[in-house]
Amino acid sequence: MQTPAPFQYERATSVDGAIAALVAHDGDARIIAGGHSLIPMMKLRLASPEHLIDINDLEHELAYIAERDGEIRIGALTRHVDLLGSDLLARHYPLFADAEEVIADPVVRNRGTIGGSLCQADAAEDLSAVCAAVKARVVIRGRDGERTVSMEDFHVGPYQTAVGDDEILTEVRLPLRSGAGSAHFKTERRAGDWAIAAASAAVWIEGGTIADAGVALSAVGTTTIHLARAEELLRGAAPSDELFAQAAQIASEDCSPSADARGPVDYKRHLASVMTRRALRRASARALAMEA
Amino acid sequence: MAVTEENLPSPRQERPIGFGRLKRKEDARFIRGQGTYLDDIRLPGMLHGALLRSPYAHARIVSIDTSEALALPGVAAVVTAKDLETLGLAWMPTISYDTQAVLAGDKVRFQGQEVAFVIAETEYIARDALGLIDVEYEPLDAVVDARRALHEDAPLIRDDKEGQVDNVASPTWEAGDQEATDRAFAEADVVVSRDMIYPRCHPAPLETCGMIADFNPETGQLDIYNGNQAPNVHRTVYAHVAGLAEHMIRIRCNDIGGGFGNKVPVYPGYVCAIAGSIVAGVPVKWIEDRTENLVSTGFARDYIMRGEMCAKDGRITGLRVDVIADHGAFDSTAQPTKFPAGFFHICCGSYDLQAAHVKVKAVYTNKAPGGVAYRCSFRITEAVYLVERMVNALALEMGADQIDLRMRSFIAPEQFPYETTTGWTFDSGNYAETMKVAMEIAGYDDLLREQADKRERGELMGIGVSFFTEGVGAGPRKHMDILGLSMNDGADLRVHPSGKAMVSISAQTQGQGHETTFAQIVAEELGLPPEDIEVRHGDTDRTPYGLGTYGSRSTPVSGAAVGVVSRKVRDRARLIAATMLETRPEDLAWEKGRWYVRGDPEQGAMIEEIARYAYSGEPMPEGMEGGLDAQVIYDPPNLTYPYGAYIAVVDIDPDTAQVTVRRFIAVDDCGVRINPMIVEGQIHGGLAEGIGIALMEVITFDAEGNCLNSSFMDYLIPTALEVPEFELGETVTPCPHHPLGAKGVGESPNVGSPPAIVNAVIDALHQTHGVTHVDMPCTPARVWAAMQGRPEPPQ
Amino acid sequence: MQVTLTINGREVSRDVEPRQLLVHFIRDTPGLTGTHWGCDTSNCGACVVLMDGTPIKSCTTLAAMCVGHEIATVESLEVDGELDPIQQGFHEMHALHCGFCTPGMLMTTRALLNENPRPTDQEIRTAISGAICRCTGYQNIVAAVRWAAEHEAAFQQEI
Repeated sequence: MQTPAPFQYERATSVDGAIAALVAHDGDARIIAGGHSLIPMMKLRLASPEHLIDINDLEHELAYIAERDGEIRIGALTRHVDLLGSDLLARHYPLFADAEEVIADPVVRNRGTIGGSLCQADAAEDLSAVCAAVKARVVIRGRDGERTVSMEDFHVGPYQTAVGDDEILTEVRLPLRSGAGSAHFKTERRAGDWAIAAASAAVWIEGGTIADAGVALSAVGTTTIHLARAEELLRGAAPSDELFAQAAQIASEDCSPSADARGPVDYKRHLASVMTRRALRRASARALAMEA
Repeated sequence: MAVTEENLPSPRQERPIGFGRLKRKEDARFIRGQGTYLDDIRLPGMLHGALLRSPYAHARIVSIDTSEALALPGVAAVVTAKDLETLGLAWMPTISYDTQAVLAGDKVRFQGQEVAFVIAETEYIARDALGLIDVEYEPLDAVVDARRALHEDAPLIRDDKEGQVDNVASPTWEAGDQEATDRAFAEADVVVSRDMIYPRCHPAPLETCGMIADFNPETGQLDIYNGNQAPNVHRTVYAHVAGLAEHMIRIRCNDIGGGFGNKVPVYPGYVCAIAGSIVAGVPVKWIEDRTENLVSTGFARDYIMRGEMCAKDGRITGLRVDVIADHGAFDSTAQPTKFPAGFFHICCGSYDLQAAHVKVKAVYTNKAPGGVAYRCSFRITEAVYLVERMVNALALEMGADQIDLRMRSFIAPEQFPYETTTGWTFDSGNYAETMKVAMEIAGYDDLLREQADKRERGELMGIGVSFFTEGVGAGPRKHMDILGLSMNDGADLRVHPSGKAMVSISAQTQGQGHETTFAQIVAEELGLPPEDIEVRHGDTDRTPYGLGTYGSRSTPVSGAAVGVVSRKVRDRARLIAATMLETRPEDLAWEKGRWYVRGDPEQGAMIEEIARYAYSGEPMPEGMEGGLDAQVIYDPPNLTYPYGAYIAVVDIDPDTAQVTVRRFIAVDDCGVRINPMIVEGQIHGGLAEGIGIALMEVITFDAEGNCLNSSFMDYLIPTALEVPEFELGETVTPCPHHPLGAKGVGESPNVGSPPAIVNAVIDALHQTHGVTHVDMPCTPARVWAAMQGRPEPPQ
Repeated sequence: MQVTLTINGREVSRDVEPRQLLVHFIRDTPGLTGTHWGCDTSNCGACVVLMDGTPIKSCTTLAAMCVGHEIATVESLEVDGELDPIQQGFHEMHALHCGFCTPGMLMTTRALLNENPRPTDQEIRTAISGAICRCTGYQNIVAAVRWAAEHEAAFQQEI
């Protein structure tokens, strides 16, 4: 069986303590939570951190899904299984459950965390698109305090985020606005596989028109694709199949997939369009159902 | 010809004395986590091995520097080809009379090839040391496509073989009658042709391959623990390679976490473990990781095929096939030696053809060696796939129903025994009957109506049929051997004085339930309760010689051996009973478990009483020794020919092109079913693997020969969510030459299901999208490409 | 580092490297080789054990991370010679062939029944979708879980 290279291990007893440890190790340390992205990479020896800082004891500080100050706040250590089961999320942002049903498998979901998924920043990962679509902001804490960044700014490049070597992602904040509807669709080769293409969509409908919209794609670019042009199109328009077809067309144009074992470029562009259309239709239907 | 519907066995069947739905004896340890798989064995002083593998598909080895690895604390030794040369172990024979490098010395010929072997105190340290070995490679042009391997300017892969000037692995091999086939095609009304690929896939048993070798330098005894499917054959190979007497080698297999053909060959890692133990003087354990399993051990299929089929007067009359077989860097395909292309030439299928002609050419490429069966009898899977795809292509061309065309072309019941145009003797069958049972379970006419309705609504639904005949149970010594070893199986049965019995067999279970099934055979024949019969296997010191378990041969060969040896014991018991009852043997009659006096049924002796008597101080019959036991070596007179009718129903998402197997109907005729529960379990498992092969399992390479499916993230195996609730049925046509009337079954579902599914996919897409062929695996991307009018081969 | 885990209610303490995977820590404990491994990428589920009652993949967890948690393996299912209904169900319904995936399947489905005593077939299939069985085609595993669910009440009463 593949085995990781040696490293030093410590358990953090507080977020600040974990940050202090990151600072002390000066770029040679990694945070470990669920470990389901990091440990396989370490077993393949694609990652060989010298220090691991285990934050699993910080559930009291970092594992929660709560409504506060007009936002839903999700602690970074919240596990996929809890995102799937959250009534609060189901009520306001059902796309989380859509995505969580198709992320890895139930046993992996028992361990993997939202913070880990976002920080891994795999372009094929679902939650990054979900958070982008609902216009989440994430809280990053370092030794000098906290900062909040949008998902656009969070995604810096392939497998790269705005979180620095001595910083920790602590929280994801979702704005609570009326008229929201959201959905996530994914095409995969097999249950538990990464997406061939996936789309997350959120719409906020007020008085029959789309006041705001968020659309993001997984697995069809080197990072999560934020579909600004589609959002622009949707904003201020009345929801209709034709409109969604236009947005879907934008999705197929504005993504930048590469050919791999999951499929050729044209298929992925086609799927980006199909997934976007489906996500927008369901998001809109959900928004309208809430309104009614 | 009953259709089995029952889910729960009746109480009477739960504890049969003999055949029936007996719960498995081996479950007791497995459900408690008390199985003994290879990695569960720990020997005192044992060291751990790890293999350094080539990152290149084709490269010359310039130098290997092991000094840094050797300096790592905890490393005991690093073995390279040079070290093996001094032991005479640098090269080993394959099961196809080729040779394979144990550790590469001159050059590497596939990505993942074994280059150096580290022995260390722990597996963690051994793997750390791999990164410290410095190998300098000079990369060479890699040959990935088998067609390119035949090209004049293709680089020579096997420059180690004297006289080898090209990449052809064996002379082109032919079967059938070319002239007669040409005639059949000339006279035909309809001719179709298709190019198709049966892509490379991998058996990927859940437990990977490995070995513990324990060489005792004082006694010269070599103890081996190793989950392999043919322990006696392995022992013979090691005896040859290591120059040891066979009785100095003991192989114990214990429990094996699946095999499916992957654990038939001898792998370089095994020889390294043995060499390592000889070098280190202590036991050495080596177990590959999943990536090693997928990139280096026996793959399956990889056949590039061109088929042509013709029909006259509405019946199939002729078949022509031309194949390029990709055997990878070393030819270690599994095949009985008198059939260079395995049993591929059974491709005339279940049809009464006028003529057929088959050509197969095998080539070397810079890919992992193998071609071992994946739940398949020596290439029968490829043959069935080809012919069943061709029948549907023909039906499409003729505008005929896929079942009607088969029904019109089947070999008729009265034609058995039937000599096929390529030389096989099918012993028995009633194909139309089996097809009808499948149609009935499927509700075939309703399905056609449902499909028509769905088409109107723009939904894509497909119905795919396949009908296969397999030849399994290799085999008769007049026809086949492996490495010069006849494919016969021994069986040794002892009934102890207490009436308990022990039967020793050479078949090697990897999950097939031999401890139960073989006990049931003895129970059926002797009337002893199966729980009183111990089945001994998996230890070359304590079992008779035989060729092991693969190619669905356990029941056809070892099962027959156990049936025959039980009857031998029963015959001995009759003579003893006659003495006991003071009568003549011919005056005795048998009922299950007891010989009794004809005409006076009260007078009799139970088998247990006879056993006690046989070991007692009482007089034995004239000229007979004491005890109640017997042994046989069974030479099957022919293969057994199980067959089946399969119907797949698929739905395809018109937008994403995802294929869902909604229903799968499998009607198997495997003759007499010794334990129907186990038979059905085998069919379930094979169908799931068939769905995997049809929809997702594939090993592909990029242009440089890098394997693109080297973990379970990319070698996709169906989960419970891709597999439907199977609908099984059966017909029973006993095999006329098998002592129990049984035939093999394990592979049938894997052989029969892929063409049914692919036929269904094409059926769903033909009318709307003009699709006439799509190669496996039918992944969403590949099906979508076919829908766009550009079906692409899988690599 | 000294790692002390509670496995099947018993404290096990050993000096191990921080990098030691939980599956190895468990399997290095005498009598506890029932937990298997089948891949390196947390795809196969052969290594599933319960951590505080929740199924996890022990090949993708460091032993050090489990200090302070309760680990339960397949060996914990049988109590005082009494099989767990899920074990009995696997035997009754022929839900295993080679037995290699069985411990992981048993622990995964035991946890399912603890959460959801009457799962639908679809819920069972979803629960085991992170576990590969190469032998059974899953049908009899689903039947076994159904069997266990149906017999659970009776077993509980007997105990």
